[in-house]
Amino acid sequence: MSTDRRTLLKGLCAAATCTVAGVSAVEAREKKVAPADAVGLLYDATKCIGCKACVAKCKEVNKLQADVDGYGDGLYDAPEGLNEYTKNVIQLAKYNGETSYVKKQCMHCVDPACTSACMMGALHKGKFGIVEWEANKCIGCRYCQVACPFGVPKFQWSKLSPRLVKCELCKDRLAEGKLPGCVEACPRQAVIYGKREELLQEAHRRIATKPDLYVNKVYGEKELGGTQVLYISHVPFENLGFRFQQEEAVPNLQQTVQHGIYKGFAAPLALYGILGAVMFRNRKKGDANDDVR
Amino acid sequence: MLVFLAAVAVALIAWRFTVGLGRSTALSDGYPWGIWIAFDVVTGTAFACGGYAMAFLVYIFNKGKYHPLVRPAVLTSALGYSIAGLSVMIDVGRPWAAWRLAKVWTWNLNSVLLEVAVCIMAYTVVLWIELAPAFLAKFKTTGPAKVQSFARATLPFLEKALIWIIALGMLLPTMHQSSLGALMLLAGPRLHGLWNTAWLPLFNLVTCVAMGFAIVVAESAFSSVAFGRKPEFGLLKPIGRVAAWLTLAFVVFRFADLAFKGRVGLFGTFDLYGIMFWIEAALFVLASFMLLRRKQSLGSLLRGAMLVAIAGGLYRFDTFLVAFQPERGWHYFPSVTEQLITLGLVAGELAVYGAVVKYFPILSGTEGERA
Amino acid sequence: MAATNSPADHCTIAQQLESSGVSRRDFVTFCGKLMVAAPFGLGITNYLSVDAVAAEIAGIRRPSVIWLHMQECTGCTETLLRPATPDLATLLFDVISLDYHETVMAASGADAEAALADAMKANKGKYVLVVEGSIPMKDNGIYLKVANKWGADRLREVAKDAAAIVAIGSCASWGGVQSSGINPTGSVGVDSIIKDKPIINLPGCPPNPYVTLGVVLQYAKNGTVPELDALKRPKFAYDRVIHDQCPRRAHFDAGRFATQFGDDAHREGYCLYKLGCKGPVTHAPCSTRHFNDVVDAWPIGIGAPCFGCTEKGVGYTIALFDTVPIERPFGPDTYPGVYAERKGVSPAATAVAGVVGGAIVGAGYLASKKFDNVTGGDSDTKEE
Repeated sequence: MSTDRRTLLKGLCAAATCTVAGVSAVEAREKKVAPADAVGLLYDATKCIGCKACVAKCKEVNKLQADVDGYGDGLYDAPEGLNEYTKNVIQLAKYNGETSYVKKQCMHCVDPACTSACMMGALHKGKFGIVEWEANKCIGCRYCQVACPFGVPKFQWSKLSPRLVKCELCKDRLAEGKLPGCVEACPRQAVIYGKREELLQEAHRRIATKPDLYVNKVYGEKELGGTQVLYISHVPFENLGFRFQQEEAVPNLQQTVQHGIYKGFAAPLALYGILGAVMFRNRKKGDANDDVR
Repeated sequence: MLVFLAAVAVALIAWRFTVGLGRSTALSDGYPWGIWIAFDVVTGTAFACGGYAMAFLVYIFNKGKYHPLVRPAVLTSALGYSIAGLSVMIDVGRPWAAWRLAKVWTWNLNSVLLEVAVCIMAYTVVLWIELAPAFLAKFKTTGPAKVQSFARATLPFLEKALIWIIALGMLLPTMHQSSLGALMLLAGPRLHGLWNTAWLPLFNLVTCVAMGFAIVVAESAFSSVAFGRKPEFGLLKPIGRVAAWLTLAFVVFRFADLAFKGRVGLFGTFDLYGIMFWIEAALFVLASFMLLRRKQSLGSLLRGAMLVAIAGGLYRFDTFLVAFQPERGWHYFPSVTEQLITLGLVAGELAVYGAVVKYFPILSGTEGERA
Repeated sequence: MAATNSPADHCTIAQQLESSGVSRRDFVTFCGKLMVAAPFGLGITNYLSVDAVAAEIAGIRRPSVIWLHMQECTGCTETLLRPATPDLATLLFDVISLDYHETVMAASGADAEAALADAMKANKGKYVLVVEGSIPMKDNGIYLKVANKWGADRLREVAKDAAAIVAIGSCASWGGVQSSGINPTGSVGVDSIIKDKPIINLPGCPPNPYVTLGVVLQYAKNGTVPELDALKRPKFAYDRVIHDQCPRRAHFDAGRFATQFGDDAHREGYCLYKLGCKGPVTHAPCSTRHFNDVVDAWPIGIGAPCFGCTEKGVGYTIALFDTVPIERPFGPDTYPGVYAERKGVSPAATAVAGVVGGAIVGAGYLASKKFDNVTGGDSDTKEE
């Protein structure tokens, strides 16, 4: 019986040592910053009139079909939120008897969880820091959906050959020198397009001009490691459905742990060597373990 | 009965590939992963850790007396992992693209899921190789002449190489079982604080070993009845103790970690998460006490082992489904199709286990044990 | 009526109006209506003031028009003849020189055919041919015979020397009602037979007369046809679906629908979509250009759902009260919340899970009971 306990303790110690060594040996993961040419959107909730012109334009330019199953009574294109037919949506935030519109689409994170999740990089940060999706590298595992803190990537559940649906900032239109569809359609410039740096300046300028109107914060400047789509608002961002205010990027913890353990693949190789050596010695010893079958 | 359930599953799988995931499952954009991941893959491979746990006991800690339990455990593992692989292929939306994983240069080395996937595939192969001697031993004397000569030629070579393959068979589960825990770390702030800790990989590893031992106990007990053999109670009892100590260590460590992180406050919250957390803890503790009882029968040992398995399964369900918090408004409960496919796959696994054990030298005391 | 003008009588419109005593006021009113019917996309109405348009039109030499009837109901002709103000009918025939028209011409028999031959000869290569009705092609076209000639032969003969062809009405455009279902006479539109002439389709049952006149005058002015869409319909009139500018659109957007003829919603003038209105898929100018110079004289205006008469595959094909799909509709007050409630959990699934889970746990427990008598500690201590 004491053997069992000893065995167990030995095992536990070994495992714990490995993990502790792994976890504590690594310095924290380097903080990612947006690429110099990063582009993005700036959405100003105070300007949006909820006309949904951007939603219509998004569907048009991305050739997405109408979603009449949501609130549409089988008739209207009225999705319940972002979904397999909708890459961009205007939501109505209700709080304390007040309302505000808020536009939702991919945030194009500076340090995206989805690209860190993706097995073969079907989701990856492309030109201008835009998070893109590539069909032929995706096997439909949906880990990106587990990972994304904004709940953005959507899966074509209704299709036999499902694709991932998410805003790609109209990268094809950008290449043609056009604006993203939603920006072009917006009648009030509630959403504007530009370089992230310039948008940040503009956001701060607007807040500085009307400090009484705006919440003194640009959502996406630092939140969750920063995003390329920025928001300013007259409403606390929690009320607009932005659940997380912390600045740590989502992949940080996991990547620190995993890259710690697997740094240079040394730990697994060492473990393999040790295991093999121990077994080899045991076999030599003969002992009760006379064959290793 | 088992075959019938498996047949139902096959029909439903065909249906899933006819109408798509949306109609056949309760999965959604909010809960993209359901029981096919939480049970078939995460819990299922933990159940299938018997081979891994026994290999450690026998080959590393050199407890030769447990050797008779290794082969059945490895068979359970091989089947369990194969089922997990099959489930993944059913679960993913674009399975035909999976071959692209072979293109090593396209790997995203940041992806934990990639590591899990590659390790699980590799380990499944390793397990079947570990089992190969049992099959080859049988074919040495039966079957067509060509097969016999092949078996005779391969066997010695295989037995020599086996030590390194077994070592691999211990390395790979260590890697991917811990990484299975690390998977949910990426849910980050969307994972409830009682589960979200950097120690998830270690917790997952420890519990999977305990669950592996528990399954070895259960499997040994049940197959002794099914094949009319004397139960190896004497061997099983210490295994139960190991599982119990692992389980206790896990619970203690977990509480300590949460306390250290200053999340004690969450213990007391009376919501779904708090309740599930305490149920888990209670099950783990209860199970370990049952396994550590001095006065023990095979029945009580078996109940304790099954409790460990249930507790470990619950821990995984909680981590992957309950503690996962997408935006408000999403719901998930596995659809009938999802449940029946999972059930049918497990039934099929048991049926295949029975058949293999009957025809090949897997269990000690049956024909060709030393082959 | 001026329909019996001799072929040579092709003065300008201004001269003709003067000689027939039409007041300038009536003419300017007509020009204004034409401007409304063709707000853009038509050269002759592309001016800022009615006076400018009137001057433009007044200078046009009256175009020679030959009008052939095929398989039809004469509704298209009727719509030209039945404006609310009788003077306008006169006016219409002062504006064009209708040299041959079987319904309105005074002559008959051999005289009529002689008039046709004269007109064709006098204006060879210059006259506008208007075709009303579809042409039967089945069984060598025996289902229509005029002046001892098969319909198709007659059409080819007259079309040969025409400058342009206006296919008026859905029948002439794509076969119309005769071509629906089994199409017993093998009816086709003009453009299936004549390939070497400019053809302008003006589908509708009937089409708006101002659209017809606009096209004919435009051609008479400078020999050009207005910009056409893929189905050869002039874009100035057929570029939008009825739904786009429907006077009831606000009700559609607000989700207010009539669901039964005569119900309260119907009396309130709510949207007729759910009664089978084909407006959302029907390209036609009806919602802004009503008939017979009477406001609201068009189907939706009188509470009847649009029938889709201009659209091949809709009118005479989709059942009257069936609804049609809508391109990019947006409903009112259908904003999702920040956290939308999604579909719930199926009770059947929970039931199955309960049964299966319970069965497994129960069976496991019962099975374990069977081992309670096994307590042999045979090899328990051997290892030490």
